[in-house]
Amino acid sequence: MQTLEPYLAEHPFLKGLDPHHLNIIVGCASNVSFDAEQYILHEGEEATNFYIIHQGKVALEIFTSDRGPITIQTIGEGDVLGWSWLIPPYHWHYDARAIEPTSAIALDAKCLRAKCEEDHDLGYELLKRFAHVITQRLEATRLQLLDVYGVH
Amino acid sequence: MKSIITEPMIPKPFRIHRKLKETHDTYTIELESTNGADGFPFSAGQFNMLYIFGVGEVPISISSDPSMPKMLKHTARSVGTVTKALLNLRRGDILGVRGPFGSHWPVEEAVGNDVVIVAGGIGLAPMRPVLYSFISHRDKYGKIILLYGARTPEDLLYKKELELWRGRFDLEVKVIVDSASGNWRGNVGVVTTLIPRIQFDPLHTVAMICGPEVMMRYTLKELQNCGIKNENIFVSMERNMKCGICLCGHCQFGPKFVCKDGPVFCYDHIKELFGKREI
Repeated sequence: MQTLEPYLAEHPFLKGLDPHHLNIIVGCASNVSFDAEQYILHEGEEATNFYIIHQGKVALEIFTSDRGPITIQTIGEGDVLGWSWLIPPYHWHYDARAIEPTSAIALDAKCLRAKCEEDHDLGYELLKRFAHVITQRLEATRLQLLDVYGVH
Repeated sequence: MKSIITEPMIPKPFRIHRKLKETHDTYTIELESTNGADGFPFSAGQFNMLYIFGVGEVPISISSDPSMPKMLKHTARSVGTVTKALLNLRRGDILGVRGPFGSHWPVEEAVGNDVVIVAGGIGLAPMRPVLYSFISHRDKYGKIILLYGARTPEDLLYKKELELWRGRFDLEVKVIVDSASGNWRGNVGVVTTLIPRIQFDPLHTVAMICGPEVMMRYTLKELQNCGIKNENIFVSMERNMKCGICLCGHCQFGPKFVCKDGPVFCYDHIKELFGKREI
């Protein structure tokens, strides 16, 4: 049976990880797929997984009562979805909706949090990698806030 | 194609043939010479000074196909007195045209290479002629990739052409907007986030960027991270241009003049000036 290890070992988010740590992560991973228009996660719900998108496109949305769902970002192949599983109280801060048929690898958050508590080296490695993702998203958000294409 | 301007300060009369609404504040106007026989040779990336009689003159990039010099197109956004007056003109009205001025995109230098075009907002307008040139000589180039960022889906220029280009197997077109409602099926985010999603040969790629300066700054960083050399990156700069022929000094950019040395610059030649607050 083919495992997820070869794919995860080559994924940019996990590339170069200690094989022992990679094995732990593979043990918390499973394949998932979502139909177009299917919600992957909802704001306020418990963050039970995070996802590595294998194929497809996902919209991160904030629902507003007057304008309905506003897409704040889209992510796709190779991107990581969700970091609320790392930060108490482990609840999602936005909605995520597949806008195309999407396949992903889901990482069990409770399982990983427990492993990170047991093995701080693994925790530190994951935090470093998530810090990189968060920094990139923050930079992109700052640029969006600048409204560079508007009339000033 | 090099044009010879014999009287660069004298506007030639052109008639508005058609006016197309692109977005709520942006129009493309098609101009034909009042002397119908005259063509207007230009190169992709050059601009004209458009003179609205009694109001003033404004520099606007040429957005039409360089191989069709009889029909000049300019895409302008209504932001100031002159552009507002320009876009209030109607079919049949006459305006003055001086030009074409400035440098052009390195269409010839890019032969044999992959090409990455990054446009933001109305920055797609000066890129359209270069796309026409690449498409009409498609076999001379490797991959041709267009990355286009806009504020919202409603602010996208040339929507029909974008669809046509996206439908071609020999062009890769990715569009992204800063924000969108739930109905939008495309990408949302900043244009720089598209760069890691594309594949090209960094050592044999020519990149061309046009958009707001801050967008170009971050785009440059991403392209450099991908391994494209500074000498293969070209940017289109914008400054307040008046004479168009390097006399008045309004568009001075350090030791250079955007109207004559630019607007298209090789990044390697301006890297010390680019992003400097005092310039």
